[in-house]
Amino acid sequence: MTTVEARTTLAPAVTLTEVSKAYGRGQTAVLALDRLSLTVQPGEFVCLVGASGCGKSTLLNIVSGLDSASAGTIDTGGHEPALMFQEPALFPWRSVAANVELPLKLRGVKRSERRERARELLSVVHLADFAGRQPHELSGGMRQRVALARTLAMDSPILLMDEPFGALDAMTRDILHDELERIWTERQLTIVFVTHNVREAARLGDRIVVLSSRPGRPVAEFEVGLDRPRRIDSPEIASLAATVTDRLKEEVRRHGH
Amino acid sequence: MATNTVARTAEEIAGLDALDLGGERATTPAEKVWSAAWPKIAAVALALLLWQAVVWSGWKDEWILPAPATVFDDLAQLVQKGSFWEAVATTAQRAITGFTFAMVIGLLLGVAVSRSRILRTALGSFITGLQTMPSIAWFPLAIVLFQLSEQAIFFVVVLGAAPSIANGVISGVDFVPPVLVRAGRNLGARGLALYRYVIGPASLPAIVAGLKQGWAFAWRSLMAGELLVVIPGAPAIGSNLQHARENTDYPGLISHMIVILVIGIIVDALFNVANNRIRRRWGLI
Repeated sequence: MTTVEARTTLAPAVTLTEVSKAYGRGQTAVLALDRLSLTVQPGEFVCLVGASGCGKSTLLNIVSGLDSASAGTIDTGGHEPALMFQEPALFPWRSVAANVELPLKLRGVKRSERRERARELLSVVHLADFAGRQPHELSGGMRQRVALARTLAMDSPILLMDEPFGALDAMTRDILHDELERIWTERQLTIVFVTHNVREAARLGDRIVVLSSRPGRPVAEFEVGLDRPRRIDSPEIASLAATVTDRLKEEVRRHGH
Repeated sequence: MATNTVARTAEEIAGLDALDLGGERATTPAEKVWSAAWPKIAAVALALLLWQAVVWSGWKDEWILPAPATVFDDLAQLVQKGSFWEAVATTAQRAITGFTFAMVIGLLLGVAVSRSRILRTALGSFITGLQTMPSIAWFPLAIVLFQLSEQAIFFVVVLGAAPSIANGVISGVDFVPPVLVRAGRNLGARGLALYRYVIGPASLPAIVAGLKQGWAFAWRSLMAGELLVVIPGAPAIGSNLQHARENTDYPGLISHMIVILVIGIIVDALFNVANNRIRRRWGLI
């Protein structure tokens, strides 16, 4: 893992400067993001947590380029970030391997090389034996791993994850945390991970950013600073999660009156 | 991370996957064929029995409403005649050209309307309106425009089938899950590639449903056309049906009706094969 000193000498992987997003126009416009600034270092694992309406998904859509900001600048160092959703969003008409091959195909990678890369990526997520299956034949956790392999096939150094494990059972989620941590380390990825699960954020992140709701903007930051590998049920994680949750509840209360 | 942790995670994952997938009971092909066939056989047997019962009741003279056995004798004779197969060939050729043309128009129209908001506002409800219009109502105009000719039949067959096909494409594109489009765009599919790799395949089930419905309309329009527009020297199934009535050949009349029904069922079954193949691939059945 890169040390903190090494990281700060490099250019940031993601820099958001005063990013705002409004939906609608004039009097009825709703401000989803308000002058949000955020810097993510290369190789850093940042978790964004926030209550409903904090614009977490809007933010990832803007960083990934699927949506455009109303104001502000987004710099991802010329890379197109890869985006992973809460649902696997696999194409049901393509086999598992063909799903993973699609981003390679779209970049014009040759057939034989595509096959090989897909096999390699599927073995990264422990699904090499399921290459020929259709997505519906797999369980939810397996589909989400195929989606991860497909996202990795984009070969982007920046991975944006929108509550990717939100729909999974606790056991599967724990194991996928270990998996994601391993892949992040091995591939030296920069990850921006959105979740409403504070423990998950403490389990995975180098840094936790708390977003306010309506409009969304960072209101607090926590350096996690715990040794890896971590366990989600460890007392340190629980204690940090409690602190973050308190801060989050404070933010939610603000909307009560 | 320590190697033993990695190995342990791999084992845990393999264990979870095995538990998740569980066991499924496979059905044999013979079981499948039988379970699909027996309700159909029973339904046909019941229909024949009802028909025979009506004949036995003496409601109509037997020369007007012949018994099933008489009709099947006539049908057995019919399928041995070369002229019958010529008529089938004429009808099939009209059906294929008409339906193919309707398919091209329907697909182009569907894609255009689903892409453009202006076209949708202008044509959307008009297409549905055309779909509900009985195709036989087009024939007087078709005969005025094209006289009693192949073109008149072709015109009505295309008008009958194209709106259903276009509507299939439109609803297919409309109901593509937005998350698949977002995933496709993020993976690098833009412009035409997005249509080729995401929107097209995702709307295929609805397109096949539209084609199937379009075929039903085309076949009805064609039969209406062949009854009304009898072209001398070109015997066809529909015109043979009309001739059978004129010549008081009532077993022949019912035989031709059975032929029309059977062709309709066979083509419909082909669409169902395509449909089931897609649904199986997608895991919908």
